[in-house]
This record gives sequence, C-alpha cells and structure tokens, in this order.
Amino acid sequence: MTEPASGRFRSRAARPIARDRFVHPDASLGLCVMGSPNDPTPSLTLVGGRVVEMDGREAEDFDVVDRFIATEALDLEVAAEAMAIPSLDLARMLVDIHVGREEIVRLFGGLTPAKLADVAGHLDVLEMMMALRKMRGRRTPGNQAHVTNWKENPVLLAADAAEAALRGFDEAETTVRVAPMAAMNAMALLVGSQAGRPGVLTQCAVEEGVNLRLGLKGLTSYAETLSVYGTAGAFRDGDDTPWSKGFLASAYASRGIKIRFTSGGGSEALMGHDEGKSMLYLEARCLLMVKGAGSQGVQNGSISCIALPMALPGGVRGVLAENLLACALGLECASGNDAMASHSEMRKAAKLMLQFLPGTDFVTSGQSVMPRRDNMFGGGNFDADDLDDWLVLQRDMQVDAGLVPVREVEVIEVRNRAARALQAVFAHLGLPLITDAEIEAAALAHSSDDMPDRDLVADLAASTALLNGPHGVADVILALDAGGFSGLAEHLLRLQRARVEGDTLQPSAVLDEEFRVLSAFTDPNDYRGPGTGYRPEGATWDRIADLPQAKQPSEMLSRSTDDTGFRLLDGRPALSSSDPSDVVVALGPAFGARLGRTIGELSHQDVLAALTRGIREEGLTPRLVRVRATADCGALGHEASRLAGSAIGIGLQSKGTAVIHRHGLAPLDNLELFSQAPALTVDSYAAIGRNAARHAKGEPPSPVPVRVDNMARLRLIVPTLLMHKAELAAVLPDAPPMEVAPDHG
Amino acid sequence: MAEDPPRTRSGRPLEDVTVEALRAGTVAPSDLAIHAETLLRQARIAEERGYRQLARNYRRAAELTRIPDAMLAGIYDRLRPRRSSYVELLTLAQEMAALHDAPETGAYIRAAAEAYRDEGLLRSDGAGS
Repeated sequence: MTEPASGRFRSRAARPIARDRFVHPDASLGLCVMGSPNDPTPSLTLVGGRVVEMDGREAEDFDVVDRFIATEALDLEVAAEAMAIPSLDLARMLVDIHVGREEIVRLFGGLTPAKLADVAGHLDVLEMMMALRKMRGRRTPGNQAHVTNWKENPVLLAADAAEAALRGFDEAETTVRVAPMAAMNAMALLVGSQAGRPGVLTQCAVEEGVNLRLGLKGLTSYAETLSVYGTAGAFRDGDDTPWSKGFLASAYASRGIKIRFTSGGGSEALMGHDEGKSMLYLEARCLLMVKGAGSQGVQNGSISCIALPMALPGGVRGVLAENLLACALGLECASGNDAMASHSEMRKAAKLMLQFLPGTDFVTSGQSVMPRRDNMFGGGNFDADDLDDWLVLQRDMQVDAGLVPVREVEVIEVRNRAARALQAVFAHLGLPLITDAEIEAAALAHSSDDMPDRDLVADLAASTALLNGPHGVADVILALDAGGFSGLAEHLLRLQRARVEGDTLQPSAVLDEEFRVLSAFTDPNDYRGPGTGYRPEGATWDRIADLPQAKQPSEMLSRSTDDTGFRLLDGRPALSSSDPSDVVVALGPAFGARLGRTIGELSHQDVLAALTRGIREEGLTPRLVRVRATADCGALGHEASRLAGSAIGIGLQSKGTAVIHRHGLAPLDNLELFSQAPALTVDSYAAIGRNAARHAKGEPPSPVPVRVDNMARLRLIVPTLLMHKAELAAVLPDAPPMEVAPDHG
Repeated sequence: MAEDPPRTRSGRPLEDVTVEALRAGTVAPSDLAIHAETLLRQARIAEERGYRQLARNYRRAAELTRIPDAMLAGIYDRLRPRRSSYVELLTLAQEMAALHDAPETGAYIRAAAEAYRDEGLLRSDGAGS
C-alpha cells in the first residue's frame, strides 16, 4: 500500500485499527455472518409426531446434523404452534418485557435452525442486548478466568488461580502447552482457586479423553471442550458425531461433572465446510445440537474464530445474536470475548459492551489474569493489564460484570497461601518439590519470567504419573490436611460434595463462597423491565464502587491545605484610591488562609510575589486586598477595579484563576481572563501583573505564557471543585474588603 | 417437594463424608461419587421446568453411574465416526440395555447406529453389515 499523501490519513494509518483486516462478504466462500442467500427458508412438516421435512429438506435428504436436531433437539409438541408465529413477532417477544423468559424458552424449543436465524435477523444490537438481559439463565451475572503460563510453572498457576478467584471469577480454565502437564496443571488450578475463594469451578482444556480422566479423578469440576459444528463435513473433520458428543455429555454428568459445549460462528467456514451458509444459521444448528445432546449450556460468540466475523460487515452483531439464541434456547451462555478480537482497544471495548452491559452467565469465556505472553489460549482479548479498566467500567455504569476490586495486600496474601498449599501437596504426594524461593516469586511475579526455572523433565514425568496413577482428589485433600491446610482441605471436599449433590448440573450453575448453587433454577433471571431483575445494589454496589484508587474528598484537597507557613496579615478596610499608579489585586476569601496553594500547586506566596513584581516592573504600585463577600472570580476582578486608583484590578481566586478587570466594565466582562489555572506558572502570574499595569498605562498587553496540558482537567476537576467549595465556605456575605500584607515576621 | 437428601453412590449420607472420615479411612474415594437417584432427581427437576433434553441426558447419566470409569471412555470411542460397524453398535446398544440396566442409553446408541448407517459414519469394512 502506498503512503497516504494527507498528513491526517497518514496519522490514522499508523493507528492500531489500521492493522485490523476487513473483507467484503462472499457467501460462496462462507464469508457471510447473517442472512446468506443460501440459507434455507424456515419450514417444518410433522407427520405422526415425526419430522418429515425441516427447513426445506425432506427427511430422506437429512444430513447427520439435521437428523440429530429432528430426533433429539426439537420440542415437537410446541413446534407447530411456534413455527406458525411470524419471525418478526417472535423477535418482538424477545424484546417485550411483558413476555417472560420461560415463555420464550418454551416457544423457541420448537423452532428450526432457519427460523431461529430468521428471528435474530429482525433485531438490531440494542434490541439484542435488551433481549439478552431478559434471557440470561442465571439472575446473577458471572465471569470466567483463563489461568495459564508459558513456563507451565505449577506454583505460578496456583497463585494466579487464587488471584482470579479472589477477583470474583466464578470459573477458572487452564490448558497445557505440553500435553503431559494436564494433571499437574489441573491440580495446581484446583488448589489455587480454592485458596482464593472457595467454590470456584475449575477445568483444564485438553484432548477429550484426558479431559474426562481429569474429571473422573476429581481434579476438575467442569468441562467445556465438547465442540460441535453446524455441518456434517465439519463434524467429520472434528472426529466426532452429535451422538458421540451427546454420550460424552452423559458420561460427565454420570460423575457429577458440569459440562458446557463449545460452538461459534466461523468455525465451519474456516474448516471449509460452510456449504455457503451464513455463520448464524450454522450456529443455530450447533445450538440445537447442544440442546439435543442434553448439555446445560454452551460457550459461543465465535470464540477462537472471532477475527473472522470481525472482518465482515455486521460481524459483531452476528456474534451477539449467537449469544442471544443460546439463551433463548434455555442454554447457559459463556459469551466469548476471550480470543483477540482487534488491534484497537476502542473496538475491543465496544464489542465487549454488548455482553458486559446486559450481563451474561459468563461475560467472557475466559479473561486472562496474567500478562498476554503467559496466556496459552493464544494471547487473550483482555489480560492482567486490563483488569482495572474492567473494574472502572463496572463502576461507571453501575454494572456487575463479575469482578470485584481487590487490594494488593489481599492479592499477595492469597497468592502466597495458594503457593504454600501446593508446596504441601507436592511434598506429601512425592511430586517434585516446590522451594520457598518459588513461593516468594509466585506471590509477587508479574509473569513467568519472574519464576525460577523448574526441572521440566521431572515435572512432566510426575504429571504423567499423576494422570496414570491411582492418586485423585481425595489424596490432594489428605495432603492439604496433613500439611496444615485443613481449611483448604475442607473447601476441596465441599467441592466434591457439590458433585455428589448434583445441583451444579443445573443450567448456568456456579457455586458461591458458601458452596450454595446459583443456577437458572435456584437463582432464575426474573428480569421483566425496570425495577426487576438483577442490578448491583446495596453491599454489592458499594463493593464495586470501592476502587482502591478512589479517595475520600478530604484526601484530594490535602495538598492545597498544606501549611506553607505563609500568612497574610489583615490591615485596615480597603477604600477606593485616587492614585493613578494604584493597581489592586483582590484575593478570594480563603487565599493564604484556609488554602495555601493554587490548583497547579503553586504556593500562594510565590503567586503574589510574581504578580506584585510584574506590576512594579511596569512602574505601578500593587495593593493587596482580601475580598470576603464573594468567591466569584469575575466579582473579585470587578471589586479590585472599583477600588483601584488606576481603575485596573486583578481578581485572584485561591485555586489560581485570575482576571484583569477595568472599572466600568460589566462584572462578567473583563480585559483578560486566565481560566485555566493549572496552565499558569509563576512566570504567567508575573506577566499577568505586567499586563495589568500596561492596561493601566494604556499600553498594549503582551501574551501571557501558559503551559498546555489537555489532561489537566481530567486530573484536577475534583480538587478544583473542592477548592472552590473551601473558598465559598470562607465567604462572609456582608464583610467589607480588607487590605492585607504578607507576614514577613 | 420433600425428598431425601442426596446420598453418595455407596449409599452413605453426604454429611458422613468429612475430611476426618477420609483421614480415618472410614470413607473411600468412591464415596465421592454421585448416586443414580440424584441424577434422576435432577432429571425430574429439569423436566418439570421444561428442559426435556437435559432431563433425558441426566436419565442416561443415571444409567451410566453403573458403568466403570474405564469402560466409559471406550464406549465414547466406539461412537466416534468410522470406529464401529452397524452390528457392533447394535450389540453395544443391546449390552447396555441387557447387561447394564441402561435402556435409555441403549436406545440412544441404537439411534446412533441407524444414523451412522444412513450417513456413512460406520467403519468402512463393517458398512451395511
């Protein structure tokens, strides 16, 4: 590409967004998010309680996906009723606060994939967000963490898992860089997470067979590796069938393990098996398979394929539609936002808001608590550096997107505890020892670069033996107990008991810190418009609002009220002068008294010295007057000019705002106004003094030098308000102005 | 709905499963497994709320509590594409029903066998047999 000729185009070409790639749609290549010309028209024919035709295809022409949907997924009792409702009406029901979630789930169970896609096509993103808010299964929104590191250091994994748990994540997912590390990683995640916050569910994403074995050993408490695809071809390449996935779902459930399937727009196109259909239509097929297999939920929203819909028009809308359809089918939804979506922070945040604001069961399918380089899920869309942004956004919008503010001291403490607990487990089970140096490093590490190297060969061998050997979660519990971590042993046991109790198998289930199940059944989303549903209030809202970096107002004023040792002595009441060399400087009521510095942190002493020096340099005589009846800058200037023999006065507020006024001008008019107090330096005040004197002499003023800082207002707006309040508090309404002089005694 | 509190697969009340009992060896790791009755209860809860597919899954899961760990992975593998012949799948279905008291799982596998036969997902040397 040639360099743009225009300077502004060149500047924009260097912005992060310029590195994103965009492509025009071409349905024949699968490059179509919603509404492909090849998508079928919705239809369903039932004969004798069996599907004989669906979405324009006769039963004898069904592929494996159609067949599974027709026999396992569709609720045939409601299908005739539901399919007869126009798609537009169904779309309106999704948004209508008078139609409850249960009624939508009931009707949508009878819709074919083409009908589902057609309904979504009638909604814009705002409507989808409204609908998502109502259709989310669990009342309380949640979030999932990704916890990995490049060195596969188990101590750091445990510490990061603890931090993730403390920060409010309901689930934590790890994976492997090297396959045999699965068992050790899963164990580190389990122990660490419970040290951070009891009840967090954990998983280790690995090959399906190993995944199941980790679950059977009790080293994980959920699984979400069960991927489905919307075409028979893609399924075949994935070496599975809807029935094999469905069996796996039952197998996990038979051991009390929560599962969630994975699907997402774009995967079929990337595998070359899109059949020219839109991503959303294929995703609707996936969702019906997920439901048909008896999975309680799904992670979707394009997941690792997100860059593909993001390259296409309407891509972000299509991804939101996926989340919404999942919820409308009664499925738990972990709504994506996990894989890198853009080079642009603005674009990533904007996309995130579509799930963040309505709230979903899991706003992300995995948010890194580590720096990007340690994320073994391909880098991650958001990482450790973004956590504070997330917390601020929650506070800005009064939205609970699953995280809570934490203090550094608490974080270090739980990281340390997790690492020490894992040390005890390793020692007890004869795994390669964890040193105290590793524990210290893990508690404070920024990334795995800060971790001492471990013997990788020994760790690999130990992890392999752990997977293949007899040890399971009971041994971990006993090891914790023996190592002096009896509380943590109890938490791990409670987690196992939750598996026996079975309530975590309900849709959208998570455990709170008391191991109570919050699910679509025990904590059902009851949103029905304003005044209903979940919103952060009371203690939850107080906690979200309590950012560590938020200060008490008194703390923000402290610098201005520092005692600088400077005092102004009151003299006689100030009277009008007839001396033509008399230039009056009228000070605000708190100047040099309650307040000692300007908003730009210049001491009042220095400011006055500069102003009076400037006036004298032009041969005139400054006179300092304290005005007590007003704190308004214009009024100060007006009063100064009234008293001044030269008819020129300077009004000066304590925060440093200054005005040059001539007697006879209207109070809010002026000769020169210096409203940006943070931009003024001592030299600026000297120049203001000189200019006032030049006005008095009838000479032209010179430009006053100022420091340009466009962010000053951002930083200083609260102190500005507080200083003005302090000045106002010093006002004595009827008190006359007094002459004052610096106390040099 | 007054129901008995969940028991472990070995029939033990859940409150017996404590760290002390684990330490004393009076409960075994197998006591940390879900009971078929509990899964059937979850199936009923799901069914009552209209989650019929979820309920079916949990009824199959209740049946699979009777299948040892090692066998589960094997069955999954036989259901993957082109791993089994039609007859093998039908035999598996029958075994599930007859030998393991798992009729719903058996029916599910039989449905898979028929789908695989029609969709070319059987092991090639066993296709159509």
